Amino acid sequence: MKKVLVIFIATLIGVITFLPFLWMIAASFMPTGAANTYPPKLFPDKFDFSHYTTLFTRLNLTKYLLNSLIISLGVTLFSLLLNSMSGYAFAKFRFSRKKGLFKFLLSSLIIPAQVTMLPLFLILKNLGLINTYWAILIPGMASIFGIFLIRQYAFSIPDSLIEAAKMDGATEMQVYLRVILPLCKPILVTLGLFTFMGTWNDFLWPLIVMTDANMYTMPVALANLMSEHVQDTELMMAGSVITIIPVLVVFLALQKYYIKGIMMGSVKG
Amino acid sequence: MQTKTKFSALVLFLGPSLAVIFVFFFLPVIIAFMLSFTDFDIYSLGNYGYLRFVGFKNYSTLLSEPLFWTALKNTFYFVLVGGPLSVATSLGAAILLNSKFIKYKGIFRLVYFLPVVTTLVAVSIVWRYFYHPRFGLLNYILSLVGIGKIDWLGDPTFSMPAIILLAVWKNFGYNMIIFVAGLQNIPTELYEAASIEGASAWKQFVHITIPQLAPTTLFISLITMIGYFQLFAEPYVMTQGGPLNSTLSIVLYMYQEGFRWWNIGYSTAIAFMLFFIIMIGTIIQFKLQKEGED
Repeated sequence: MKKVLVIFIATLIGVITFLPFLWMIAASFMPTGAANTYPPKLFPDKFDFSHYTTLFTRLNLTKYLLNSLIISLGVTLFSLLLNSMSGYAFAKFRFSRKKGLFKFLLSSLIIPAQVTMLPLFLILKNLGLINTYWAILIPGMASIFGIFLIRQYAFSIPDSLIEAAKMDGATEMQVYLRVILPLCKPILVTLGLFTFMGTWNDFLWPLIVMTDANMYTMPVALANLMSEHVQDTELMMAGSVITIIPVLVVFLALQKYYIKGIMMGSVKG
Repeated sequence: MQTKTKFSALVLFLGPSLAVIFVFFFLPVIIAFMLSFTDFDIYSLGNYGYLRFVGFKNYSTLLSEPLFWTALKNTFYFVLVGGPLSVATSLGAAILLNSKFIKYKGIFRLVYFLPVVTTLVAVSIVWRYFYHPRFGLLNYILSLVGIGKIDWLGDPTFSMPAIILLAVWKNFGYNMIIFVAGLQNIPTELYEAASIEGASAWKQFVHITIPQLAPTTLFISLITMIGYFQLFAEPYVMTQGGPLNSTLSIVLYMYQEGFRWWNIGYSTAIAFMLFFIIMIGTIIQFKLQKEGED
């Protein structure tokens, strides 16, 4: 009895969780107007791909996909490099006030990003970087959370490995490239995944710095499309599907690393 | 005695990331703080010469502005109702997932987790149609159990609950993962001993699960609260703050003042109020936790 109840509730939550996705996909393949019927349909009567063609031809979605891809990959690569270098340094280098500096960085995680947005916008505007990829790339190049994750992981690397490499005459850079980076591979995948998905899904900052329609990222383009095509349910659903697919594919491929990252981030250190 | 790392190596390894963080995070925080005491607006944007120091004027204007109080009230509504609801849903889902009756845990976990990784703007748009008063799936489902049509996003009574529902759906999977890990760390002997003494499942939940999970719950409540105070994309996409400002959040208000009307000094003051509120909230959470331990 108890078993049936548990399975029933778990399945019910699963169905409720999945329902909006199911309807989104179904509606995206319905002919214009077919999604606005009562009772709502969860499967299209016949498949209509025209909304997808419209998005990629008339509405220039390829450009926005490309913008999102370049920005997300760029932020991921830059931040992996910078965060891993300093995360490793915070874990293994010896210098005075190391703990204090790190504590200071961690405690500033409480400052909401919104506080920085207006000045950051003004700085980037003065540098002539608004409506360029750099407006998102530069502030995203390093993150305190990223440094924290790498540091936690780098602690587990035995000092003897580093000492041995130095005995063989390796410079700090060579130690980092040949010993640390290969050993940190799992956490680099995790952090890269977090960064890529976070950048792809981000909305407020791209909305602020990308005011030129040519520079929109997918979420900004989608929100903008919404204001013009609000009646066009099927088209909006097709746009939503396309926005979600890239992050979903990346997530499904690397799920394990993502779950591990949540755990690591939630362990106080 | 171990030697210190060479200064040149410190510069090479820490320099780039710290430079980015200081120039593009800490410096803006400091500038924002100073700007919140100026009348920086659209005219100063063209010529910094127009910039004037106005003391606490932005803050006093803010506190006498009904719209700010509305935004504050709405945001607290979202945080205080949506937050606990989110955490409770996460815990419930985690307990279900942890149950020995559930096979194929991986599939359940994946489905529960899907909303977390999807783009907020995209799912907000989907939910906007999901909430459609005439054709929406939600009203259809409710009609099956005899509940009449609700204008979810058009009625000020239901607009915030609608946004909370979306937020719970979108976020519960994340905290669920952390709760599952917390549940698995509770020693099984505790439950075994309680069973032998004849404690009911509910008693075990209250006297073992809840206290054992307390540190996890504090962490989850904290990140949920901080995240929920920053509500923005859902109302921006679904309601634009309406109807009758019933979903206007602090960040949405800050965005409108700062980036639509270019009242930059005023807008940074709003941002600092948000920071201040989050800080107080964090302190309260830690205090509550401490009291619970005593």
